[in-house]
Amino acid sequence: MGVAVRLSGISKRFGTFAANSNISLSIEAGTIHALVGENGAGKSTLTKIIYGMLQPSEGEVSIAGNPVRFTSPRDAINAGIGMVHQHFMLIPTLSVAENIMLGNEHASLFQHLPLKRIKKLIEQHALDFGLAVDPDATVENLSVGEEQRVEILKLLFRNASIMIFDEPTAVLTPSETEHLFVTLRTLRDKGKTIILITHKLDEVLTVADTISVMRSGEIIGTMPARSVTKPELARMMVGRSVLLRVTNPTPTPGKTVLNINNLRFRTPKGEKKLHNLSFNVKAGEIYGIAGVEGNGQSELLQALYGLAPAGTSLTGEAMLMGKSLIGKSPAEITLMGVSLIPENRLRHAVIVDYTVSANLLFGRHRERPFHRGIGFDSDVVNRYITAMISEYDIKCTSPGSQPLSTLSGGNQQKIVLARELNRPDISLLILAQPTRGVDIGAIETIHNKIIEARNRGIAILLISSELEEIIALSTRIGAIYNGAIVHEFTENEVALNRSSEHEFKKEIGLHIT
Amino acid sequence: MNRKTAQFLIPLLSILSALVVSTLIILISGRDPIIIFEKIFHATLGSAYGTGQVLFRMTTLILVGLAVALPFQVRLFNIGAEGQLQMGAFAAAIAGAMLPASLTSFYALSLCILAAMGAGACWALLAGVFKVRFGVNEVIATIMLNFIAQGITGYLLTYHFAVPSTVHTAPIIDAAIIPSLYTVTGLFAKSPANLTALLSPCIALLFWVILFKSRFGYEMRATGLQPEAARYGGINSGLHTLTAMSIGGAAAGLGAANIMLGYKHYYEAGMTGGIGFTGIAVALLAGAHPLWILCSALFFGMLEYGGLTVNAYIPKDIFMMIEAITILLVISFSALGKRIQQ
Repeated sequence: MGVAVRLSGISKRFGTFAANSNISLSIEAGTIHALVGENGAGKSTLTKIIYGMLQPSEGEVSIAGNPVRFTSPRDAINAGIGMVHQHFMLIPTLSVAENIMLGNEHASLFQHLPLKRIKKLIEQHALDFGLAVDPDATVENLSVGEEQRVEILKLLFRNASIMIFDEPTAVLTPSETEHLFVTLRTLRDKGKTIILITHKLDEVLTVADTISVMRSGEIIGTMPARSVTKPELARMMVGRSVLLRVTNPTPTPGKTVLNINNLRFRTPKGEKKLHNLSFNVKAGEIYGIAGVEGNGQSELLQALYGLAPAGTSLTGEAMLMGKSLIGKSPAEITLMGVSLIPENRLRHAVIVDYTVSANLLFGRHRERPFHRGIGFDSDVVNRYITAMISEYDIKCTSPGSQPLSTLSGGNQQKIVLARELNRPDISLLILAQPTRGVDIGAIETIHNKIIEARNRGIAILLISSELEEIIALSTRIGAIYNGAIVHEFTENEVALNRSSEHEFKKEIGLHIT
Repeated sequence: MNRKTAQFLIPLLSILSALVVSTLIILISGRDPIIIFEKIFHATLGSAYGTGQVLFRMTTLILVGLAVALPFQVRLFNIGAEGQLQMGAFAAAIAGAMLPASLTSFYALSLCILAAMGAGACWALLAGVFKVRFGVNEVIATIMLNFIAQGITGYLLTYHFAVPSTVHTAPIIDAAIIPSLYTVTGLFAKSPANLTALLSPCIALLFWVILFKSRFGYEMRATGLQPEAARYGGINSGLHTLTAMSIGGAAAGLGAANIMLGYKHYYEAGMTGGIGFTGIAVALLAGAHPLWILCSALFFGMLEYGGLTVNAYIPKDIFMMIEAITILLVISFSALGKRIQQ
């Protein structure tokens, strides 16, 4: 088959910053071509150029051999390119069929909509590609996997021959991921060209035909998926050898620090989010909660940190060394020795426009040693900040004036981690998605710091949708599904299974779906 | 454009474009803009009296500007400086007129200034309470409170406190008068500029210290920037809404004292003349920064008084338009500036 997309000498500069520099790449028609790279490597800029959302500063894009110059996504769509965004572009109150034909109704103003034709098309595609979804269902009632199918159907309805998928598995369960891969392969076999953007190396190796690795705006290499291994890919992405798995020395758990017993959470609207959830976390252990997002993890965090919205009904016990956490404010809970790293870093853990220094203080600004008069003691604060920056290897130029938003995700998360792990007298550390949006190099540092904190005797509750992370770090693992811990893996089971990660992931997967 | 240059360039650009538009309007109305601008300059900064007038207006504008700016840092839009000004002025007038004439200056002044600041603060706090307790948008609340303030002061003046057959209250006692700058320094003869003019930059400085140098301001700005993150950080955002509104209202009240105790010495219908609304423009032009407010208040002070002085040469309506267009341009440009900075 021919070349579907050819990029020659593409560069894209924002001011003086080059997001893409001199990229040349040919994507063969009828293949699954993966673009991998760390955050900020330039993957999304490149796909935005292909999809017409950005115009290259230099270079040329050709589709099926014809040079093109897209000025908007509409041009790209007309040229047969479609994109499934990481955050779905669906209208929740409309039906599946209505969403699919949105913007492409094939009807004039006073004609009725071709609903029948769409329903037929959906049925046919359901058979061909494994995209079963009820055309009459309202989108807001669909599962995430089904929503993604609607997005793919949208592209098929528009006869897209080149399909771009941006981090498509980030929100899927392991079984939904398997399902998506089957669909992707079928699409490829029917002649579609798939461009897959991801940072999950396992998935790339499973599903892609060709892999291009990007680093700091350049293509480092393009190779058939069969010819590379995971460590090789990681090394190309980061530019140095990385430890994909931290060494996890045998833990020595102490007495129980957090005890959760029959916790029930009902939203003000009456939805039950936690059903008799029970588990405990001991000092010096990491208790991992494995599960697909949306199974009660967010609500558990809210319940433990005094953040449940007004009107929530919370019953059951959540005790920190004999004292209840329920009904207390975040400031009080902090004083009891609990530290939280929230799942949504940019929204909850930091003030994006504040400087690096101000963010290292955020939430700890009430601690007396930092105070002088009505403000802060700059000597004490500066000493603390300098220590944190060197200890956690935070890369920044001038912490006192540089806004946090100028830092990479990994460095932002190191700031949050440095701040929370060093609170005085902490007994419980709650980590939610601690390495989300963080590059591989920084993950290594963060994981090591977490293990270090555990060895200091802190009880750690780890909530993550990345099974690899759960397996690598946890002492015990609880599988959460539909608001309850449905299965718990003991310390021995976890230690035994850690070496056979693939099988263990599958086994955990059985409990969380 | 980089952040720092944008910060300087945008306000300058907005003022420049306002001048250009004004020139055009004056030209269209058939007058010579150069003569008009020259007259404005001579009448304002060209004479001691004019400078005093500008200083007097600038003082009120600094204070109402701060009344808008501080809540703005907590992401609250205080449209109610006008109402807070009216309530403050009325409270000071009543207090000043009712105090026994034998009171010493220190007590009389303190009491009247406290009355003005207290009334302004309470009026603003009401909007804060509505916001925190019932989730009423503060823009709507402050607009409504403006009407109510106008109603209350108008009614009380007409039916209870007006000196018969006039539209103003009885004058305040002499001890409650804020001394004019002329009596203290011998400068700005006959102008309404009074000691509040020296106090207002100190208040601006105080606001700057609170916002940028204190832990309280650290929490306050965090609440304004990311309310949800502030909650995670253990910050009580409701408290900051209430304090920002009331401190802002108190500043507006002090602005009322400037007019009431420093110049008019009695309450008169319409004496605030919408200067509270100009305060919004003052705060926006300064990017809600307490120290930049000094510059932007000077600019609007000149515009306000300058407009009055050319009344004979250019119809009042034309100048009203120019002023309003200037404010619009300033607001549009600052919005544009924000977008560039992002």
